[in-house]
Amino acid sequence: MLADFNLRVILEYLPLFLAGLRSTFFISIVSIGLAIATGILACACRISGIRLIKYPAIAYIEIIRSTPLLVQIYFLYFGLPTLGIRVPEIQTGILALMLNSGAYIAEIIRAGINSVEPGQIEAGVSSGLNYVQRMRFIILPQALGVTVPPLLGQAIVLVKDSALLSLISVAELTRAGQTLTSDRFMPSEAFFTVAFFYMCIYFCLKALADWSQRKLIFREAY
Amino acid sequence: MTAFYFERLVEIFPFFLKGLWMTSKIAFISLVTCTLLGFILGIFRSGKNMILKRIIGVYVAFVRGTPFVVQVFIIFFILPEWGLQLKAFPAALLAMAIMGSAFICEIVAGGISSIPKGQWEAAASSGLNLTQQLRWVILPQAMKVILPPLVGQFVLLIKDTSVVSVIGVMELTRVGWVTVVRIPEGLMVFSLVGALYFVISYPLILLSNYLEQKMAVN
Repeated sequence: MLADFNLRVILEYLPLFLAGLRSTFFISIVSIGLAIATGILACACRISGIRLIKYPAIAYIEIIRSTPLLVQIYFLYFGLPTLGIRVPEIQTGILALMLNSGAYIAEIIRAGINSVEPGQIEAGVSSGLNYVQRMRFIILPQALGVTVPPLLGQAIVLVKDSALLSLISVAELTRAGQTLTSDRFMPSEAFFTVAFFYMCIYFCLKALADWSQRKLIFREAY
Repeated sequence: MTAFYFERLVEIFPFFLKGLWMTSKIAFISLVTCTLLGFILGIFRSGKNMILKRIIGVYVAFVRGTPFVVQVFIIFFILPEWGLQLKAFPAALLAMAIMGSAFICEIVAGGISSIPKGQWEAAASSGLNLTQQLRWVILPQAMKVILPPLVGQFVLLIKDTSVVSVIGVMELTRVGWVTVVRIPEGLMVFSLVGALYFVISYPLILLSNYLEQKMAVN
C-alpha cells in the first residue's frame, strides 16, 4: 500500500511543487485583496437606499452564491474569448475567484454592520452625526472587528477554491500534482504531497482565525 | 452566428436536462448519506471516548484542510492502486460522502456543544440513559443551532457536485463542458448551466435565510 511510496520522485519534483505552491500563494493573496475590495463595494451598494445600485448588487450576490465556482470559472474561461477578450488563464482565474469571494465577503461585511445595535445608530443621529460620520465613527469600528474571523474563514475557502484553477491549466499546486501523475503515473505521491501543502496553509490560517476569534470574545467580555 | 448557435442549443436542451437529473441524483444521495454520517460522527465527536474523538478530529481536519478536487483525485486515482476499482459514479458518491460528512460533523458537534452542561445532568438525573438524553433532551434543542448552517451546507454540497465532473461523471457541468466544444458560445452555454444550478440551489438559500431569521427571533 504505502510501502512503495516513492520519496525520490517527490524530491525530484520538489521544485515543481514549490513553484506551484508559490503560484497558489500569489493567486490567493491577489484574489483575496481584490475580493475584499469587491465585497466592500458590493456591500456598500447592497445596503444603500438607491434602487439603481441596490438591485444589481443583490442580483450579483445571489447569482454568485447559487451557482458553483467551477461553472463561473468555465463561464469566464470559455466566455471571455467569445467577447473578443483574450487574457492569460491565470488572470481569468483570479477574476473568477475575485468575483466569487467578493459576493461572500459582501455578505460577511453586511452581517458585521447589522450586528451593530440600532440604538447606537439612533444615538449617533441624535448627536448630530451625518451618515458618513456615523459609518466612520460608530458602525465601522465595531463592525470590522466582527468580520475578521469570517474573513479569515473565507480566505481558507479561497485557497482551497484556487485548486479548481488547475482545471483551466493554471500552473498552481494541484496542477503540479496532475503533471507528476501524467509524467510518471504516480498519483499517490503526487496528490498526497499536494494535500500536505494545502494542509500546511490550512493550519496556519485556521490558527490565525481561531486566535482572532478568541481576541474578539475577550474584547466582548471586557 | 449567435442565433444559429442558440437554435442548436435549444435542440440539445434535453441533454442538459439529463445532466440536471444526474446532478440532482448525486446531490440527493449525497445529502442523505452526508447528513446521516455527519450526525453519527458529530455525536461521537462531542462524546466522551477520547480515542474516537481524536480519530474523527484528524479525519475532519484532513477533509477541511484540502481542496475537494484533490480529494476527488485521490479517491479516483489512488484507490485503484490499492486494489479498489471504482467507476466514476460510485467514486463521486464516495468523495461527496467523505467531504460532506466531515463538514456536517462539525456543524452537529458545534450544535451539541452549545447546549449547557446542566441539561445533560438534568436529563441524567431524570433517569434517562445516554441515547435517551440525546434523543429527547439534547438534540431537540441543538437542532435550532444546527438547522440553519445545515441547510447552508446543503447548498454548498449541491454546488460541489460540479467538481465531480473532472472524473467524467456526466452531470450538469460536464454536459456544459462537452457542449462548449461543439457550440463555441461559452457565455450562452454556461449561462444555461448556471441557470439550471440556480433553479435547484436558490430555493435552499431562501430556506436557509428564513431559518436563520426564525431561529434568531426564538
